[in-house]
Amino acid sequence: MAASPSTLPAPADASAPTVLLAAESVRKYYGDDRTPVLDNVSVELREGEFVALLGPSGSGKSTLLRVLAGLMPPSEGRVLAHGQPQTGPNPHVAIVFQSFALFPWLSVQDNVELGLLASPLSPVDRHERAQKAIDLIGLSGFEEAFPKELSGGMKQRVGFARALVVQPEVLFMDEPFSALDVLTAENLRMELQDLWNERSIPTRAILLVTHNIDEAVSLADRILVFGANPGHVRVELRGLPVGERRQKGPARARLVDTIYHVMTNPEEDAAAYCEQRAAEAGRPATPETGRPSAAVRPRRYQTLPDVGIDDLTGFVQYLATVGGRGNVHELARDLQMRTDDLLALVEATDLLGFADLQERQVLLTPAGLQFANAELEEEKAIFREHAMEHVSLLRYIVRELEAAPSHSVESERVLDDLEHSFSSEEARRQFETVVDWGRYAEFFTYDDKSGELSLDEEHRMPPAA
Amino acid sequence: MAQPIIPVLPADPTSRAALDRPQTPRWVDALMLCLVTAALYGVLRAAMTWRAPISTGTHVVLDIAHLPLYAALSTLRMTIAYLIALIFSLAYAKIASQSRTAERFMLPLLDILQSVPILSFLPAVFLALAALFPGRTIGLELAAILLIFTSQAWNMAFAFHQSLMTIPQELGEAATVYHLGAWRRFTRLELPFGAIALIANSMMSWAGGWFVLIFSEQFPGPGGSNFELPGLGSYLKEATEAGNTMAVVLALITLVVIIVLLDQLLWRPLVAWSDRFKMEQSAAGDVPPSAVLDALRGSALVDWVRLHALVPAGRSLDEFLSRPRAIVPGVVIERTRAGWRRAAPWVWTAIVLGLVAWGSIATANSLTGLGGSEWRTIGIGAGATFIRTIVALLLAVAWTVPVGVWIGMNPRWAHRSQPIVQVIASIPATAVFPLLYTLLLGLPGGLSMAAVLLMLLGTQWYVLFNVIAGAMAIPSDLREASVTYGVTGWRRWRTLILPAIFPYLVTGMLTATGGAWNASIVAEAISVKNRTYSTTGLGAIIIDASNTQNFRVLLAGTLVMSAIVITGNRLVWRRLYSLAATRYRLD
Repeated sequence: MAASPSTLPAPADASAPTVLLAAESVRKYYGDDRTPVLDNVSVELREGEFVALLGPSGSGKSTLLRVLAGLMPPSEGRVLAHGQPQTGPNPHVAIVFQSFALFPWLSVQDNVELGLLASPLSPVDRHERAQKAIDLIGLSGFEEAFPKELSGGMKQRVGFARALVVQPEVLFMDEPFSALDVLTAENLRMELQDLWNERSIPTRAILLVTHNIDEAVSLADRILVFGANPGHVRVELRGLPVGERRQKGPARARLVDTIYHVMTNPEEDAAAYCEQRAAEAGRPATPETGRPSAAVRPRRYQTLPDVGIDDLTGFVQYLATVGGRGNVHELARDLQMRTDDLLALVEATDLLGFADLQERQVLLTPAGLQFANAELEEEKAIFREHAMEHVSLLRYIVRELEAAPSHSVESERVLDDLEHSFSSEEARRQFETVVDWGRYAEFFTYDDKSGELSLDEEHRMPPAA
Repeated sequence: MAQPIIPVLPADPTSRAALDRPQTPRWVDALMLCLVTAALYGVLRAAMTWRAPISTGTHVVLDIAHLPLYAALSTLRMTIAYLIALIFSLAYAKIASQSRTAERFMLPLLDILQSVPILSFLPAVFLALAALFPGRTIGLELAAILLIFTSQAWNMAFAFHQSLMTIPQELGEAATVYHLGAWRRFTRLELPFGAIALIANSMMSWAGGWFVLIFSEQFPGPGGSNFELPGLGSYLKEATEAGNTMAVVLALITLVVIIVLLDQLLWRPLVAWSDRFKMEQSAAGDVPPSAVLDALRGSALVDWVRLHALVPAGRSLDEFLSRPRAIVPGVVIERTRAGWRRAAPWVWTAIVLGLVAWGSIATANSLTGLGGSEWRTIGIGAGATFIRTIVALLLAVAWTVPVGVWIGMNPRWAHRSQPIVQVIASIPATAVFPLLYTLLLGLPGGLSMAAVLLMLLGTQWYVLFNVIAGAMAIPSDLREASVTYGVTGWRRWRTLILPAIFPYLVTGMLTATGGAWNASIVAEAISVKNRTYSTTGLGAIIIDASNTQNFRVLLAGTLVMSAIVITGNRLVWRRLYSLAATRYRLD
């Protein structure tokens, strides 16, 4: 087995690359009640690096990107640009946005020139530079077109041209390909990689925020796996050597495996796991940074994945039809789902005890098989039993309902409780998910207008042991 | 370097090469040049008359030959007021959007200003400004312009503020990341984004402006004489007082002609042009056509002016107002909050609170001078006008809902009627009143009934407008479902149509109520052939107080009316609207 360098320690060299941008112990709170979005995040961006910030949706990685770019100040801690504290938007950072953020009333040429307006160039020079950027990104001929005439991929090309024309020192990309279809995204990714590898652009470092594991592995020199609630760096991994990023070699498979495991086990100590993996493979191992990993965060509270009942039952039934087992990668491809949507689904079925995730295999449990084959009433009964046993939020709500004199509870109370542990947006999402599950299981009814949860008398569960 | 896949461009009329555009014939260019020159000359002449000395008594000549001149003068006043209102709205909304504390003051203030009946301030404003420019007509002109301004500015300020608050987050971030600076951010992002709302609201503002203009060109001076400004409004008033029906009709026709011309030459092209500011990301479906816009686009004259005058001027202004920053690698620009900047909100708060306190004390002092019987009269008057308002609203709803729904649900009629209704809604009821009075005074109930009908006339268009929009917005799949399941007649109204138009209806009624109260000031008292008719009502009290210069009663009456409108807004319409927004939304 060829020695895979994917978790070799960083070589100690005398001329360490310059740190272009660094976040030091950054914390970020939102709102008056100080819901934490980022918790003690320290990240460095060095010259010559392509760094991927990988994490599930809503984990705060976009917030971290904005704090690093200077678009918003950190609540605590600081951001250093070239060693100096940063106090405003960094003029040497350009961002490519997920939704393209093109100005609909400006032509492609005007959109690309936008970043140059603030520079002392003459209009002629501006025009020329913009023209060059447009050529570079493959849109020559479309200078006078307006964004509404362009496809998604072309719009993002304009986004890239706009970012590159200002010759930024650091390029930030906030999920730049997630709004595009698979083929276009792949195309653009390869072009970006070519531009970076051939040094066709004077950019010295790139930061990519993404939730797509494949994307991170294909592009990055260094991968930061981000965890949610609140946002924090769970582990830093060294990316694959450039030559091994595309083909499906053993090194690539191992890295993707590791990351899958880390992301599907949010409560585990990621750094310890990575060390363990490296040790198993017989390599001397330290996580890339050589620093002690972020303190293990024992989850005080369970997080419900954002999965609807239809998707859940459909997934379990699908698993049953393919023989009760499936590889995560293949499942995502066959069901044409995005990776993190599938992971959420797997997490939900795992939580309820209908399936198990081992390495990259999803295995249907006997209870899951029974659930898949049951008729509607029996299906609901099985679900009721499992949900009551495994979902603590559901248990809590049913207990509250039983204890209340009128057997009804205001949704505001539940939301307030949830907001102690989650941001208000996440609390809302958790609430909606548990209401969806609770209504399906006929534990309670919910009146959207009055915001009231009421116990469903017909299906009162016997008191749990 | 990989080649991109070349997509097929969808046909989009608005951005095809200029080669496709038909060339505007030369004579149109010549005509445009003449019009512009004539307009400039007219403005200069008008400016000269402003320096003329002021005098009371009638200046208006009831002669058809003078009508175009008066029309031009009135339009000029409207234009100046509109431009001031526009600049005000942009500035006000921008300031309100910058800080939360500012927003907390400034928006409620706008709301109050919107609900106060402007026409009751007429005399006070006139006297104040006449005192500023003693002996010159310019004081009166400014007063008229100020009054028109107050009827135009508030909704534009609201609308622009609303659009500033709804700019998509990533667009704003892109503007910051690419260092656009305040001026460029305003011209490249905020103004274009708000353009569609601003244009729609400008049209509404002009309609409101005509309403006030008719009344603001003449006001009572000392000793029963009148100060007058030459214009359509004073022409109408003179004609009514003299009982010259022919002149009244001619003036009305002139007014309608101007409104139609403005619609065709200004608003329609603007709306067609503003299509490029739509945020939707796909190529335009049906762009409302405008012959004028096409003519302007194809005109060689306009092109020349644009290339040689407008574009260079715009560029210099741009450069002048933005400070270029050299991007030096390795240096991050420091931004410190200067001490005075942080203190500014507090200073403003102190000033505003001081003014409010002073105003309240002065008002309280004034009001304590009023006796019990006067308050009772005001109370009774308020009650009477209140009843009239309700009757007018009910009548409005009774006819506009069926007609509006019918128009809105028939796409052919909907598209054809929209421009017509817009133009009709622009014609101020105040202009039509004098003509109708002579007819309506003979009715049983006399002026009281006439007043209700006149209030109805002034406000039903808002409701109709909104009902049509609501009916047009009913999704076709819901309509098909109701047909498939045999839901017809009254049940269809109850389950589909009424809930669907409910939010729009509420919006229309909110505006209509304010309009009805405002209209009461002009509808409840009138002088024809030197005879004054008036009826019990708050509007009559206010007009009478302003004629006799009884400021105490005027102040009390205005306050009572404003309070009723604001309370009604809060208690009834806002509540209904949030009910509509949560329960009856179609998304």
